[in-house]
Amino acid sequence: MGAAVTAPVVRVAGLRHVYPDGHVGLDRVDLTVAVGERVAILGPNGAGKTTLMLSLNGVLTPTQGSVAIGETTLSRHTVREIRRRVGLVFQDPDDQLFMPTVAQDVAFGPANFGVTGPELTARVADALAVVSMTEHADRSPAHLSLGQRRRAALATVLACHPEVLVLDEPSANLDPLARRELAETLSGLRATILVVTHDLPYAAQLCTRAVILDAGRVVADGATSEILGDADLLAAHRLELPWGFSVSR
Amino acid sequence: MGAGHTHPLYRVDDSPVHRVPAEVKIVCLVLMVLAVVATPREMFWPYLIYTVLILIVWRLARIPLRWVLPRMMIEVPFVFLAVLLPFAEGGQQLSLAGMHLSVAGLWAAWGIVVKGTLGVAASLTFAATTSARELPVALSRLGMPALVTSMVVLMIRYIDVLTAEAQRMRMARLSRGDSPHMLHQAGAVARSVGALFLRSYERGERVYLAMLSRGFDGRVPELTVGSSRARAADWFALSPAVLAIMTSVSAWALR
Repeated sequence: MGAAVTAPVVRVAGLRHVYPDGHVGLDRVDLTVAVGERVAILGPNGAGKTTLMLSLNGVLTPTQGSVAIGETTLSRHTVREIRRRVGLVFQDPDDQLFMPTVAQDVAFGPANFGVTGPELTARVADALAVVSMTEHADRSPAHLSLGQRRRAALATVLACHPEVLVLDEPSANLDPLARRELAETLSGLRATILVVTHDLPYAAQLCTRAVILDAGRVVADGATSEILGDADLLAAHRLELPWGFSVSR
Repeated sequence: MGAGHTHPLYRVDDSPVHRVPAEVKIVCLVLMVLAVVATPREMFWPYLIYTVLILIVWRLARIPLRWVLPRMMIEVPFVFLAVLLPFAEGGQQLSLAGMHLSVAGLWAAWGIVVKGTLGVAASLTFAATTSARELPVALSRLGMPALVTSMVVLMIRYIDVLTAEAQRMRMARLSRGDSPHMLHQAGAVARSVGALFLRSYERGERVYLAMLSRGFDGRVPELTVGSSRARAADWFALSPAVLAIMTSVSAWALR
């Protein structure tokens, strides 16, 4: 690789996570993501996708191995900085949106990281504009559609200005239009994006690289078109393209 | 899920009372209720003054009687017991329309009904003029511990989510042929409550994780988005409570 290749922003090395009940969530995962890359994390239910996501910003502490964002290695002293730099968008927006209004929720993250006054107001306005939710700023999340709530949840994380954005099943339960609107919003973002999903067409649409995770291990890593074009590989890990769908290699 | 979807106790308006910062209104409400509760019950004129004060605030807040009176029915179950007191209490008796009523019981009943009614009226005034989203910030400005404020915030937000979840579970039961009668459903409802508890517990964990990953460290930050902090002039809005306290004190002095 030449010097022109951008530095990695996510470096996961030998990551192992064992839950308190002894269940092994991740088993020696290695993953390096370059700045600006868009990576789909694919895998069947229970493969460890969510565990990986929660490990990336220190919500879960590795049992073994290391996670580094840029030059900063995750530790007890850096966890706050890591959380600011890695934004997680959860699958159920109702888990993410807990304040009485959308604007207050969007302000929650940056305010935790010490942003106040006019800058906080500007952050909220910018984040809401990016996801086209400006006119819903003062509404309660309870009165929004699922597509709107998912975009609002995205705004709550964008307002923290993360370098890495991790989305858990962003397309789940969205109608086709909401699905396309979200894809357009995501395509317009500059951050490095990791999409955890088993919606393979969505992965093909958004990401150039795909990683398959199964039983806590990385079993495939390559160009999305290569991976989704390999029917045998997909079948071996309980994945398949929807009927009538094909990916041109 | 439409726009004009607000709390049934809140009136969307921009009256002078609506514009008073929520923390001032909370202090006013608490002082007002304390003054009413502390007033001796064996007199009528202080309660007349309280009533007039509340009517004036309603006028300023543009709350019509036909809106507020039906909502005051909420106190009926609570004052129900008071009706029994004149019959149950002993002591000096009074004959009225063939009934023997206890004088002490009558005073006790009057005290409960009038103080309860004024308390409900004051609380409804607060609810009608203060939106739920102002409440958490106002409470933390008044020095309420962050833990309590976070609990209030989460309760306001998730009560709707929980109700919707319970409603979906009920629909799913009915569509599988469960009897639509409330009583017949008791067994299934009890089991649903258990399931709902577990789901809420798990949701609570996920909400906490989502908060942690946005830098939450146990304290809800002051969000400048929304209402502004009360200025010295805003505290002038405490005058109804101050008048109520003066009334209560004079009632004790003149007693």
